[in-house]
Amino acid sequence: MAKTPRIIVVGGGLAGLSAVIKIAELGGQVDLFSIVPVKRSHSVCAQGGINAAKNLKGEGDSTFQHFDDSIYGGDFLANQTPVKAMCEAAPGIIDLLDRMGVPFNRTAEGVLDFRRFGGTLYHRTAFAGATTGQQLLYALDEQVRRFEDEGRVRKYEHWEFLSAVLDSKRTCRGICAMDLHSMEVRAFPADAVILATGGIGAIFGKSTNSVVCTGSAQSAVYQQGAFYANGEFIQVHPTAIPGEDKLRLMSESARGEGGRVWVPKQKGDKRDAKSIPESARWYFLEEWYPKYGNLVPRDVATRAIHKVVYEHELGIDGKPMVYLDLTHIDRNTLDRKLEGILEIYEKFVGDDPRDTPMKIFPGMHYTMGGLWVDFNQQTSIPGLFAAGECEYQYHGANRLGANSLVSCIYGGFISGPQALSYAKNAKALDANGCYDSERKRQEEINDRLMKSDGSENPFQIWRELGELMTKNCTVIRYNKNLEQTDAKLVELLERYRKINLSDRTMWANTSFVFTRQLLNMLQLARVVAKGAQLRDESRGAHYKPDFPDRNDEKFLKTTKAHFAPDADEPKFEYEPVDTSMIKPRPRKY
Amino acid sequence: MAERTIRLKIKRQAGPEAEARWEEFEVPYHAGMNVISAMMEIALRPVTKEGTATTPVVYDSNCLEEICGSCAMVINGRARMACSALIDKLDQPVKIEPLTKFPVVRDLAVDRGVLFENLKKLKAWIPLDGTYDLGTGPRMGQKVQEERYPLSNCISCTCCMEACPQFNDKTNFVGAAAISQVALFNDHPTGAMLKEERLRALMGDGGVHECGYAQNCVEVCPKGIPLTRSISRVAGQVMIQSIKDLFGT
Repeated sequence: MAKTPRIIVVGGGLAGLSAVIKIAELGGQVDLFSIVPVKRSHSVCAQGGINAAKNLKGEGDSTFQHFDDSIYGGDFLANQTPVKAMCEAAPGIIDLLDRMGVPFNRTAEGVLDFRRFGGTLYHRTAFAGATTGQQLLYALDEQVRRFEDEGRVRKYEHWEFLSAVLDSKRTCRGICAMDLHSMEVRAFPADAVILATGGIGAIFGKSTNSVVCTGSAQSAVYQQGAFYANGEFIQVHPTAIPGEDKLRLMSESARGEGGRVWVPKQKGDKRDAKSIPESARWYFLEEWYPKYGNLVPRDVATRAIHKVVYEHELGIDGKPMVYLDLTHIDRNTLDRKLEGILEIYEKFVGDDPRDTPMKIFPGMHYTMGGLWVDFNQQTSIPGLFAAGECEYQYHGANRLGANSLVSCIYGGFISGPQALSYAKNAKALDANGCYDSERKRQEEINDRLMKSDGSENPFQIWRELGELMTKNCTVIRYNKNLEQTDAKLVELLERYRKINLSDRTMWANTSFVFTRQLLNMLQLARVVAKGAQLRDESRGAHYKPDFPDRNDEKFLKTTKAHFAPDADEPKFEYEPVDTSMIKPRPRKY
Repeated sequence: MAERTIRLKIKRQAGPEAEARWEEFEVPYHAGMNVISAMMEIALRPVTKEGTATTPVVYDSNCLEEICGSCAMVINGRARMACSALIDKLDQPVKIEPLTKFPVVRDLAVDRGVLFENLKKLKAWIPLDGTYDLGTGPRMGQKVQEERYPLSNCISCTCCMEACPQFNDKTNFVGAAAISQVALFNDHPTGAMLKEERLRALMGDGGVHECGYAQNCVEVCPKGIPLTRSISRVAGQVMIQSIKDLFGT
């Protein structure tokens, strides 16, 4: 009798939990690893909703239309076969979530309500108040808790993934992980491994992402030989609330209700916003785009704000911020139409946006790129799968709003059964030495870091990394700056070798853990920067003023980066894109 | 001009068995700072007010938007989320301590696993046959959504348990958060299929009767969840269930 396949899932967000549920249901045994208790994963931050062409509004929406919108929105860079399959599965996913008890908003007749979102003309987005991601994650978390209670799932919460365990044929046989309390390093055998480790926001210092979204796990397996695809495609949301600790989203509806974007004309104007007269304010969106004014499309608004701050150097108080002003609109109107989002601003900034102009700035929000996977969600390392934001497959050069939640769940639903069927057919491991040797390799890294006796503070290096990447690798990209960015990243990697840990204890040492992640962030940052440098065109979120047009002839291709250990740097190759169903056409909204 | 600074007083504890001690810090002020960014400043330069080198403060955090529930701690005497605790609105020195009702892991990080264990005991889930296609979920009015949605907003931060006088070693009380989840699942047509089991789990030691209606939970809940209302409703359901069980109907 064959033994029960044992699958490791790393990450407890929507993608990871979806995979866990499928595996447990199909009779597999799951070990689930997560840095935070899975209920606290970053998926909770999604607000708007989840897309599925249920066509419940009599509009004639179809899954093919959803597919076309997604491919067009992604500027034709996504492989079409998996995107089509995702769009076809989406209505069934919504039904399942509904059965799981997600408190979706309802219509008068008691069926699911749908709202409109960017990049489509249809009401295609199901939503649960303003916290759809939280509600979906909880529904999956509850089902996983049920399987945990039945003994099908074992959770390792407060554990950090360090590396994949690879055998002599470079096949994945398990993982190395570290207990974040005892700091113990252990190797865990598995018949297959699924990474569902989310986004990479921390590489940009401050982003809309959560603290755990460092990309460290993806980077670790990239450095072990897995391909990383389309790393240069980074989505920046035009209106985020800058914070001292992170960026928080401010909904586009603020501009929809008449909000005006401006900066003081005078560089370094120290006056309070309200005491700056009209004549001393520059409403740059209204001046540059008289037709659309403040309601230009997202990418245009994002680029304009970036330009004003970094090229004209007119950010408020010399900082990367501009005003989003609602104070000319009367309080009753604001309360009636925008109360929810104004409360978020009030809570975290402490100012009332009805009286004081909001300070906003585009914020790094999402990575379209990620680990390269095949149509079965398997990475280039056999036995290692990936699902969710940590892989590249569903969004091409730009993600449509409300497509991320569906891609996470769908990717999880594909990867789980695929990993299980891989595990059932996998050849037995002939020697067990790989577990010990990988554990030793990781322990040596820890020892070296603990003993490192230089002068560099890891948090300082991180701050510089974030500022560098935000400045040069987000909205507007110039080859000269990208080249300098990579040189600076090499320099930061040098300085990393001279790190000094202010905490050398071996118990719940969060700064030690962070310092380990930092090296992986620096290595992955090079993939983003160099990938951007090599792509001489503009496509989706990737914009180069020196190459303003899309160039299908040269760049309708997936970027694939692999780590060259001898050179300690990324090498690049390109792969044709599957455009078998929809012929690429110019993208003009 | 001297740089403006802020003062913090933080309770430190090296491990579960270690003695607690206080450390004071003075860090640069930035407009819009919250307690998290103040602790990020300490990590950048881990030195106490007296100039002694120390370690960065250990605490749990993740989303920093008051939706993941990680960063609960006691700030100036009140259980709350550190991410939404703005320095400008706090008296200084800002006094920061770990939650007191849970075992300390290190500094401000505590082990709140008990809540997740309680959710397991109370079967806080929908009994799903499987993830295969069984069509849509049960049809429900928007009113039901409006009843359930606020309860489903619970972020498991455990502030309600910290503030509750009845949540302690003596009573084994499960606490408001878990009871409110029972209300949430009992309200759902499919969830209600496990209603009796949930209610029976709340009859014995540590069950719903331990609540002393101090109302502290509602006051500290960062999400404004009507916790005492949930408790009264569930208490009523438990009573009816006990009578049914008694008479074997």
